[in-house]
Amino acid sequence: MLSRTAANLFWTARYIERAETNARLLEVGARNALIPNTGGGYRNEWESILHASGTSDAFRAKYGEAVQRNVETWLFFDRDNPSSVTACIEKARENGRIVRTALTSQVWDALNTAWAEVREFGRTERSKLGTSDLVDWTLRTASLVRGAAMGTQLRNDGYDFTNIGHFLERADSTARLLDTKYFVLLPHVTFVGSGLDNYQWRTLLRALSAHRAFNWAYGGEITPPKIVDFLVLNRASPRSLLTAVEGVNHHLDRLARAYGKATSAQTRARMLLGEMAELTPEDIFDEGLHEFLTRFVRDVSALSEVVHETYLSGETR
Amino acid sequence: MSDGNTPPFFNEMFDATGAVRPPYGGLDGWAAAMPEELRSLKQSEAEALFRRIGITFAVYGEGGSPDRLIPFDMFPRVFGADEWRRLENGIKQRARALNAFLVDVYGRGEIVKAGRIPARLVYCNEAYETAVAGITPPKGVYSHIVGVDLVRTGPDEFFVLEDNCRTPSGVSYMLENREIMMRMFPHLFQQKRILPVETYPALLKRTLASVAPAKCQGEPRVAILTPGHFNSAYYEHSFLADQMGVELVEGQDLFVEGDYCWMRTTEGPKRVDVIYRRIDDAFIDPLCFRPDSMLGVPGLMNVYRSGGVTIASAPGAGVADDKAIYTYVPEMVRFYLGEEPILNNVPTWQCAKSDDCAYVLDNLSELVVKEVHGSGGYGMLVGPKATQEQVAAFAEKIKADPDNYIAQPTLALSTTPTFVEEGVAPRHVDLRPYCLVGETVELVPGGLTRVALTEGSLVVNSSQGGGVKDTWVVDE
Repeated sequence: MLSRTAANLFWTARYIERAETNARLLEVGARNALIPNTGGGYRNEWESILHASGTSDAFRAKYGEAVQRNVETWLFFDRDNPSSVTACIEKARENGRIVRTALTSQVWDALNTAWAEVREFGRTERSKLGTSDLVDWTLRTASLVRGAAMGTQLRNDGYDFTNIGHFLERADSTARLLDTKYFVLLPHVTFVGSGLDNYQWRTLLRALSAHRAFNWAYGGEITPPKIVDFLVLNRASPRSLLTAVEGVNHHLDRLARAYGKATSAQTRARMLLGEMAELTPEDIFDEGLHEFLTRFVRDVSALSEVVHETYLSGETR
Repeated sequence: MSDGNTPPFFNEMFDATGAVRPPYGGLDGWAAAMPEELRSLKQSEAEALFRRIGITFAVYGEGGSPDRLIPFDMFPRVFGADEWRRLENGIKQRARALNAFLVDVYGRGEIVKAGRIPARLVYCNEAYETAVAGITPPKGVYSHIVGVDLVRTGPDEFFVLEDNCRTPSGVSYMLENREIMMRMFPHLFQQKRILPVETYPALLKRTLASVAPAKCQGEPRVAILTPGHFNSAYYEHSFLADQMGVELVEGQDLFVEGDYCWMRTTEGPKRVDVIYRRIDDAFIDPLCFRPDSMLGVPGLMNVYRSGGVTIASAPGAGVADDKAIYTYVPEMVRFYLGEEPILNNVPTWQCAKSDDCAYVLDNLSELVVKEVHGSGGYGMLVGPKATQEQVAAFAEKIKADPDNYIAQPTLALSTTPTFVEEGVAPRHVDLRPYCLVGETVELVPGGLTRVALTEGSLVVNSSQGGGVKDTWVVDE
């Protein structure tokens, strides 16, 4: 298939996933804001949300201090923020429109409807739009697009590129969400294991729609090693880093089989998978959660770069 | 005069006695039996379908929504099989003559030497591409898709308004209009034998494959070259690519290496043999034409010249559909085919000729005046519909640049019944069939009927408030 078509499919999936991440960040922020700031206000929770989204500098340049209402605007509506939900939905739809014929009508419908609705939100009075409604809407929309793709798209190379985009973005997103904890808690190691700590972990799980799954899988106390195990290493957890890396590997392998040719993308992905499979939660805490996550985000972005060079740029001969 | 039923306007459905002409048989009852509510229900159903498939267009130079729907009228426009046969022969004849002309004027120029067309009109024409002089494209075809714009003024009177030899658009409407009619009114298709148009994409693909360059080995790979998704006709480009099962490429997806043109794919470069381009000559190759073009492929013209790729329509085809050349098409038919033209031209005055220009200026309020290179119904004057001030202002424009204008009598365009607010009323229509020229010359039985939805209006362009209709050829 045309490299550009593959790139459009890849980015459609990434933007949908990214919209979802931003909505989940909003959810974490909104819930964290509901508890009294017993940490003494060294770091504002909203700032940690902006950090995790990777847009805190741009935010500060436009709005200054991280006030809830502005952060919400920034993360959901603001087109100046390239990863706001609105911007992501628009770009996903634009990418989809370019390759309209590579999408089934169900997928196109889902994208097109999302676009129309997000434009409608932009025209609606803000007081009529609750944050939790916006978050729910985004999660529902992302599910619809993904579900339509899963249910109706031909299992050809285009499907693989869609999924590679989806899993790479999800790997990045879970790592960033997990990292919000670092920013909130860093100066107060004593809080680890405290009531506040547990509340924040729980919020994170909730934002990942994983708090009940966590209870089923682990039961009882929420402890950092269990959470890290669940969100990083557990193959049963749909948003864990390992699950995402496995997904990337699976679809890259399918491509290699279909094309009768493996590339450095497959090698690179397998290396990352091999490394992840060996890890224990203790290894991660020894390295430092933040350091580990930073490294992981870098690895994923490098892998994404290789996928781009190999398949999407059209430069391969 | 403007009700469209009284002479001089020919009503395609009802004859002078008010009886239904045979091709439209049954449609009077169908329309009469449709209650108001059902009609508006069907109308919104049709709109929802168009919107869902994304068949929209953008009007240049207007703000507002980039995704506008072209109005669709559910009342079909119908031809009888014998009426159509004559049209078909006339259109094919014209398409053959236009191609013969193109091969000639980029070759030996016999028609000019024979004094049948002034050399200046051909060789000094803006659309004449010196860059392709001396090239005969595969199978001697320059224009592979010829859109012939026709109007009707009586039972047997058809006139060609203009030829479109470059990249005529609108064929997706012909196909989608039919799909939607079949979906909404299946019983009409059971009652009447309506010849199918759905073979068009397959015929187009076969036509394009038949003109693959000599160097092509194996099954020719065809691609459609689009300026991109911001183009107003992007939907059509992607629709045709999908229907034909070929890649839809942009300039950035193609590159030239060695003697061939390649497309960038996820499995490495793949050779492209035939490019159905939907971009203008000027943008095809920045090394040959406009250096600032980002839409084309650097070096493509070299590959084309050396027979590594076929470009459809071939660069330079535009000289045949120039409005100044148009006058001479009947001459081409006689000269190249040795036949009498089956379809008539509209009498045309060239403002470039001083006698003609004087006549035009004296009779402006009765004439339609167009720019030689204009399209889309922009920059034209419809004399009988214009105010005195508009006529006076236009006269100044003509005097300032007479070469830029041609004039034609106001034709009494035929009408067909059309759904309007008050029920059914006659509205003026034209017709654009799409003739395919490759190893063979093909025409599917149908085309795009455009309808002027405003009462009395003779301007059918979608950019000027026109709509479209499904066009039937019934075999009964």
